[in-house]
Amino acid sequence: MLRFVLRRLLQVIPTLLLLSLLVFAWLRSLPGGPASAFLGDRATPERIAELNRVLGLDQPVLVQYGRFLGRVLTGDFGVSTITGQPVLTEIGRALPATVELSVAALLIAVLLGIPLGYLAASKRGGPLDISTIIGTLVGVAVPVFFLGYLLKAFFAVELGWFPPSGRQAIALDATDVTGFAVLDGLLTREWDASWDAILHLTLPAITLATIPLAVIVRITRASVLDVMGSDFVRTANSKGLAPGTVRGRHVLRNALLPVSTVIGLQVGLLLAGAVLTEKVFVWGGLGTLLADAITLKDYPRLQALLLLGALVYVLVNLLVDLSYAIIDPRVRLT
Amino acid sequence: MTAPRPTPTAEPLLQVRDLRVAFRRRGEPDTLAVDGVSFDVAPGQVVGLVGESGCGKSVTSMAIMRLLPRRGVQITGSVKMDGEELLTLSEAKMRERRGRDLSMVFQDPLSSLNPVVPIGLQITEVLRRHRGMDKEKARQAAVDLLDRVGIPDPRRRVTAYPHQLSGGMRQRVMIAIALACRPRLLIADEPTTALDVTIQAQILELLKEMVAETGAALIMITHDLGVVAGLCETVNVLYGGRIVERAQRHRLFGTPRHPYTHGLLRSIPRLDAAAGEQLEAIPGSVVDNLPWAHACAFQPRCPRSVDRCVEVTPEAENTGGRLLRCFNPVPASAE
Ligand SMILES: Nc1ncnc2c1ncn2[C@@H]1O[C@H](COP(=O)(O)OP(=O)(O)OP(=O)(O)O)[C@@H](O)[C@H]1O
Ligand SMILES: [Mg+2]
Repeated sequence: MLRFVLRRLLQVIPTLLLLSLLVFAWLRSLPGGPASAFLGDRATPERIAELNRVLGLDQPVLVQYGRFLGRVLTGDFGVSTITGQPVLTEIGRALPATVELSVAALLIAVLLGIPLGYLAASKRGGPLDISTIIGTLVGVAVPVFFLGYLLKAFFAVELGWFPPSGRQAIALDATDVTGFAVLDGLLTREWDASWDAILHLTLPAITLATIPLAVIVRITRASVLDVMGSDFVRTANSKGLAPGTVRGRHVLRNALLPVSTVIGLQVGLLLAGAVLTEKVFVWGGLGTLLADAITLKDYPRLQALLLLGALVYVLVNLLVDLSYAIIDPRVRLT
Repeated sequence: MTAPRPTPTAEPLLQVRDLRVAFRRRGEPDTLAVDGVSFDVAPGQVVGLVGESGCGKSVTSMAIMRLLPRRGVQITGSVKMDGEELLTLSEAKMRERRGRDLSMVFQDPLSSLNPVVPIGLQITEVLRRHRGMDKEKARQAAVDLLDRVGIPDPRRRVTAYPHQLSGGMRQRVMIAIALACRPRLLIADEPTTALDVTIQAQILELLKEMVAETGAALIMITHDLGVVAGLCETVNVLYGGRIVERAQRHRLFGTPRHPYTHGLLRSIPRLDAAAGEQLEAIPGSVVDNLPWAHACAFQPRCPRSVDRCVEVTPEAENTGGRLLRCFNPVPASAE
């Protein structure tokens, strides 16, 4: 098992290198280039060439990539062209908001999706199953933007149950410990601050959770149906095991294998969905940073955010692989 | 503990009467997979259920175990164990009996074992369920069982996963699981079909030993008359969901009366066959079957068919301890 973990960790390195190369190459290939974006109205061909020379952009691409890699490895991601602050500082400040939102959404999707998918499969063809299938179809099809505004208009503006935007009410702002608003409130025993943070979190988290929830429900349902028809479940039943044992040990454990892969894949989509959700609910996380970086052509920031996204994606899928190895003994040998 | 061999006059352990299983699909006519099967199994008896692919062997055994899905399947008739009707038993009661009073070994030992659960746990779970053993006791019992079915180094192997064992070993594990609670009836559905020929013989030998040792009755399901020859006391020959002939093993092999049984016997290769003697396959296949409702299903493939075979259903008649469903059987002196 330890060897498996080490080997998988080693495999992550080339993947990350490749992704960094892609990010690098893609940004270099954008029309205009960083220099003209930076200079904006003041851009003249001479000034652009001058800046390119200063920034090292006139060097061969491979040399540029080598330097870029060297700086990244020492934690130097450059300075935002919008705010003039180090990109890493900006990201550090915005990260907790996005992590909080994504984790909440993922928890909703997983904790609701797996039981729902299981129930739908075990009552196949019943009213619950059919309404679940229809629900997931709608869930996947509704644009995040639209759903976000809809929820906001109804539950926040119309009914007033939830705050329409932001992470915390100013008056209730919890003392900053970790940057995670809900957690901070708990840690400092400012219960009302925690509760306020949860209320703020609810609508964005539901918005962001919808698509992964729908996907997890569907894949769980399909996987459970598949496993329920398998020979070893027939064996389990032929042993007269209690229904709970058959369900848990024999059906669910095997059915979760494909589900865990899909959860890993969903994290990538979650990051994309976070950008839209944060926009709707004025959340002020990485999504906001990214949106601004794109519209204002802030290349250093864009570059850092894309790399961060790639890193998270690779690490999450590494975790998925490890969980796979824990559930499925056959994986460890290969 | 070796149970004494019961006398043949004992009350039947299992009594199957007029068992019918129909698969119904919307927009399609029902498939009668089992079409009125009746047979008895005495305590400790080894009974064979023989027939070619698709004749309803597996469906019969699954119906007895009540393992068929409820949706789209209609089961009628009667299956009694110790005089108690199994077909109408509540699901909870049936679960108590399965694994404890009757159990099953399946054809493919790889797919029949859970790939992500250690084999030890797959044995102990049945012991803990039916015998109420605690963890440690069940583990010890599992080691003993693995040892008994011939798994080398059982103490280490309890933590192995199915993919770490060979096919033969896996089937040994299946047998250990099925016999863990010493059921009085074991149904083995083609337990050797997925294995190498040399391993087949070992597994059959083990099954034979184990049922003798635990006193369990055995229903041996196979398409291979060679398997039956070394094992079964009584043999039922199944065709198109009905039993067409039943006799004691040596009588069936010595003087097969039904043309289908006759054909089956001539189609198996024998070491003692005279040189130049031809193997004869039965012509056609099950797709040629007629419905039993007003004919003999075997008629289109039968070399001895007469006019009545396509007009009237041949009834099963019992003469001198042999059950036969044929208008024009092979004469008793033919072999
Ligand atoms: N779930 C099902 N739905 C519809 N028909 C079925 C189903 N299961 C079995 N059958 C039909 O029932 C008949 C008997 O099948 P069964 O599996 O009992 O055959 P078998 O004698 O065990 O054959 P084999 O030697 O191939 O295992 C077949 O014609 C098959 O097509
Ligand atoms: Mg079969």
